[in-house]
Amino acid sequence: MQALVCQSAAAPALFSAEGMVGVIFLLTVVLVFTGALIAVNAQRLVRAVAGLAVCFTGLAGVYYFLLSPFLAMMQLLIYVGAVSILIAFGIMMATPEEKRVTGMKSRSLLAGPLAFSTGALMFAALTVLGLKTEWQVFPRQGTGDIKAVGMALLTTHSMVFELISIVLLMAIIGALVLAQRGRN
Amino acid sequence: MDTSIWRALFYLVGIMAFAGLNAAYLGWCERKGAARIQRRIGPCEAGWAGLAQPLADGLKLLSKQLLVPQGVDGIIFRVAPVLAMIPAITSMVVIPFSGNIEARAMELSVLLLFALASLGMIAILLGGWASGNKYAIISSARAVSQNLAYEIPMLVTVITIVMISGSMNLREIALDQMGGFWHWNIFRLENGHFLTMWISFIIFFICSVAETNRAPFDMAEAESELVAGFMTEYGSMGFGLFMMGEYLNIVVGACLTTTLFLGGWDCPFGKTPGVWWFLVKIYILIFTFIWIRWTYPRTQIYRLLNLSWKILIPFSLANLLITAALIKVF
Repeated sequence: MQALVCQSAAAPALFSAEGMVGVIFLLTVVLVFTGALIAVNAQRLVRAVAGLAVCFTGLAGVYYFLLSPFLAMMQLLIYVGAVSILIAFGIMMATPEEKRVTGMKSRSLLAGPLAFSTGALMFAALTVLGLKTEWQVFPRQGTGDIKAVGMALLTTHSMVFELISIVLLMAIIGALVLAQRGRN
Repeated sequence: MDTSIWRALFYLVGIMAFAGLNAAYLGWCERKGAARIQRRIGPCEAGWAGLAQPLADGLKLLSKQLLVPQGVDGIIFRVAPVLAMIPAITSMVVIPFSGNIEARAMELSVLLLFALASLGMIAILLGGWASGNKYAIISSARAVSQNLAYEIPMLVTVITIVMISGSMNLREIALDQMGGFWHWNIFRLENGHFLTMWISFIIFFICSVAETNRAPFDMAEAESELVAGFMTEYGSMGFGLFMMGEYLNIVVGACLTTTLFLGGWDCPFGKTPGVWWFLVKIYILIFTFIWIRWTYPRTQIYRLLNLSWKILIPFSLANLLITAALIKVF
């Protein structure tokens, strides 16, 4: 974000290289927010999943701007290509009724105002924090290439790596157990 | 790297033209190929040997009304065909057609291609679901489960290539195979890789046939069971875009197979490497796709999934282990 602020302070011409980069960055941000809003507000679940996929795609763009193309690709491959698809699959298997009415069902009159004030408070606090903090520009660490990522995974973060593999193993065993039970 | 606007424009126009021509004329090739295999003549009225047929088809599709049936999810229904097309064209940006013809040099181009392929899957899913038609929904569920199943062995075999070449850059993978067919990954003599690489190639090729939803794995549009699958409700250019996306996916798959296994733009005898060899190789592969489609009957969905989960995935994992061992031993 700091880079963006710097750019807008210097106000580069729209059709210069920096200007175009800024425009593309803003487009990815717009993509993230549009996707998120669709995901939250859509009446049909499939549209919500589509919005989620759009949001994830935008996030991949943001990662690319943060000079980590590997993370961007993984975001596309895993979140757009697998997680969204799995959610869509879940919707297909469950076949919920279309257009289920959401909202306006709360029991208490206070729920709406309370939620709104909590949200507004959070927003205000974060805004103040964002504006008051002395942001530092960190120098780029490493080259962000896949070799460095692999090295870090197997040395510095090997514990996390192993733990994730245990989680995956448990998920596989769980899936097997569930499938076996379904068959009998 | 040269960043002039002209270079970008040149590649933009070039890739669009390549994609458009392929999407149009592969349809012609397929019809001609099918006809020859079935002892017919195929298109022959429009132009010499029916060569103007794609133009006529395009004109017809463009001039038809864009029909949105009642009860479909309008926005998604309209967006899905476009979504099927975009990733396929975008994939061509990172494909190295020859030593000096590559739109964008990128470190992780292999990964980008697979990421884009998974985006194409979403188009089918959304298109089928938005149609609000039983056939279309069954078809999109099939397409997705098939694509998910075949993506795994495909990625695992690609990992073997990445281990051998030590890079995820398609250009470097191709450069690693220069100097005659005995350097190509499929026949590679060094380190005894020829022992396992042909298995990798077969697995990869089967997966790419399945990933592009081609017969004998075209469960998603099985005409005899599902009318036309996710395309049932689509007419005019919506249908046209889905078809074009399908053909472009075949082109991208052939380009990927060529670059990963068949030495990219390298000459088999190490004499005159260049873009012509790349084109020869991809069109031989595309012909094989057509050949397979009109030779083998369609399988069934559970056989298809069994093939992936019970045969291809174990084989590709064993293959990965053996390749890693070969790299360590030699």
